[in-house]
Amino acid sequence: MSEKETIKISGAEALVKSLIEEGADIVFGYPGGAILTVYDKLYDYTDRLNHILVRHEQGAVHAAQGYARVSGRTGVVIVTSGPGAANVITGLSDAMADSTPLVVITGQVGRQYLGSDAFQETDVVGITQPITKWAYQVRRPDEVASAVARAFYIASTGRPGPVVLDIAKDAQVGLTDWHYEPVNFIRSYNPLPEIDDTALAEAAALINKAERPMILVGQGVVISGATESLRLLADKASIPVCSTLLGLSAMPSEHRLMKGMLGMHGNIGPNVNTNRADLIIAVGMRFDDRVTGNTAAYAPQAKIIHIDIDPSEFDKTVRSTIAINADARQALERLLPMIDEADHSDWIGSFDRHNDVEREKVVAVELKRPEGSKLTMGEVISKISDATGHRAVAVTDVGQNQMMSARYFKFTSPRSFISSGGLGTMGFGLPAAIGAKIAAPERTVCLFCGDGGFQMTIQELGTIMEYEVGVKMVILNNNFLGNVRQWQNLFYQRRFSQTPMMNPDFIKIASAYGIQGEDVIDRESLDGAISRMLADDRPYLLNVQIDETDMVFPMTPAGQAVDHVLLSADSPYNPNQD
Amino acid sequence: MAYPERQLFTVTVYSENCVGLLSQVSVIFTRRCLNIEDVSASASSVPDIHKLTLTTWADRPTMEKVVRQIEKRVDVIRAFLYTDDDILYQEVALYKVPTAKLLESASVEDIVRHHGARILEMTPEYTVFEKSGHPWETEALLNRLRSLDIRQFVRSGRVAVTKSPIEYVDIYLEEQRLRKQKLENNEG
Repeated sequence: MSEKETIKISGAEALVKSLIEEGADIVFGYPGGAILTVYDKLYDYTDRLNHILVRHEQGAVHAAQGYARVSGRTGVVIVTSGPGAANVITGLSDAMADSTPLVVITGQVGRQYLGSDAFQETDVVGITQPITKWAYQVRRPDEVASAVARAFYIASTGRPGPVVLDIAKDAQVGLTDWHYEPVNFIRSYNPLPEIDDTALAEAAALINKAERPMILVGQGVVISGATESLRLLADKASIPVCSTLLGLSAMPSEHRLMKGMLGMHGNIGPNVNTNRADLIIAVGMRFDDRVTGNTAAYAPQAKIIHIDIDPSEFDKTVRSTIAINADARQALERLLPMIDEADHSDWIGSFDRHNDVEREKVVAVELKRPEGSKLTMGEVISKISDATGHRAVAVTDVGQNQMMSARYFKFTSPRSFISSGGLGTMGFGLPAAIGAKIAAPERTVCLFCGDGGFQMTIQELGTIMEYEVGVKMVILNNNFLGNVRQWQNLFYQRRFSQTPMMNPDFIKIASAYGIQGEDVIDRESLDGAISRMLADDRPYLLNVQIDETDMVFPMTPAGQAVDHVLLSADSPYNPNQD
Repeated sequence: MAYPERQLFTVTVYSENCVGLLSQVSVIFTRRCLNIEDVSASASSVPDIHKLTLTTWADRPTMEKVVRQIEKRVDVIRAFLYTDDDILYQEVALYKVPTAKLLESASVEDIVRHHGARILEMTPEYTVFEKSGHPWETEALLNRLRSLDIRQFVRSGRVAVTKSPIEYVDIYLEEQRLRKQKLENNEG
């Protein structure tokens, strides 16, 4: 090992240099009193660490999430104490639910003020511990480098997640010797478990004798870089693949074995066949309640192989026959040679037969509307997907816009669908799209957002303006909180309590920020508007008037068995019709 | 749907000795609205490793999930779930009674002999007994002392050791030591 030079620098400078050592080149943040010293040092390092000034701290975290999800790298956020830190809570909780690697630096008041209700003091570690993978308060400048190293290691390994470093003013101002050593071991933490050979052999045996196997793919497949291994395994044994919301884009949409999405608004084949499969191979997914519906009636015929890096997911909602605690890629690579080639063509065909009914009864209705009728969300999303050659990154907000994007956008490569899954955070979309575009400037990034969610973080139009972030924003505007409206329509006797919404002129607002855009009010103007939006790499806003009666189908109502599917408000699907 | 049977569980948590560990563990109970009956925090037999012992009434499926969620915390080394059959456990209780009343009743000998308590301090004003044992034993002495106008009573959290001859924490630490060695060799 070579001798390390040490120089005395401030804790603030140690922080900036440590971030650079970890490979960070973008930081999303917002300055304030208790983080001023760090911002002063950032000023000296602008050539190496590019700071994006968001307009609200919540926007910083969601932008970092978008950045992390598209690039696979750890997103970095810097905010001040008190209100700055409190404003990152939603994003931390979101990143925890969706396994997103983040290092969030919060300023903190000086040591002598801790616990005294000082100005802009809040108990950041206490508040964030339950919603982060790790939260730690740095009180001395000589702890800064080791805390950053630990933070990046924890955030990015195992099941990734958000980490908070709460840095007291003294630790920023005081001087320290600095040399950087990355962390690759923590005694109390084993992020890469050894695979249990016996469990793996038992899993292979189950797969080889299964007659009706299906693979359920979650985001873990994307995070671990297992998409190619997944495809090889599915191809070899001809096993149909279905995806959770966050697993979308792990498998190309048009792959012969990709049978669609699971869950409440998933495709009929995946949902109905979950309850007919004799083997479920769940990879990097966690049997979320939106995927399983009623767990008591879930997959009654199936043995379940559950592969996950987080052992606390085993038997949490659904009991598995075999649990394999492993990195998804390692597990699939090890399984591949143990798996026999197989056919399963009848079983595969049954997915297609269910999905054909969906195409006829749901998709065709959504996409082919009578002349003169209002536009639907599916039409708009599908046309934009086509216009981008299905190679764009789709970022969504939460609600109908999200479900429709998941259903109607097509994917050709991984890390192409960015959405708030576990927490379901309205307001996630716009800042996440900014982060996604910054992470992948060469890709087209399309935001699909409702009129409600857009206004939750609308201030980030300022960030788009300042940094010329070429995000293609599409407001699917029905002047309603559409998903809540859908539930009120179906389950609350059409009592539209607080869901109609009076909206501003979005194009005027965009124009005030120097962002081009146009209203789309009818079908005839849609194609032209899309091509104008995609014509260059500048930010662009489409405000599309959507039929407020448009609902997302198929739908498995909450608490029902997954094969209890509605094709429309009054027509249940008969799963036995094939 | 029938709810699974509730019983008393003991959870032991081995962790790094760091600020906020108890809070990290306790919020996992709070989330599920589980009341922690008692808790004790102490050193363990391994230097630098901290041991929490908690008890709670719950059903087994819930507790198995709770323990895995505790173990998921980065600062936690291992966490284990036990019922009373798996462990040897004790609590310590202190009882403060007025000395005059005690002498009046002439029951000191009975308290010390029959209940296995010892006198921690005796002054003209008060006498403090100490007793360690199972909850029902410390409870029995409490009931005995009620008639003597007991002024203070306190019982510690449970402390427990396992009956199993296998020390899982040692095994884990050895595995981690080897893993670290492997990482260092790869670097070299």
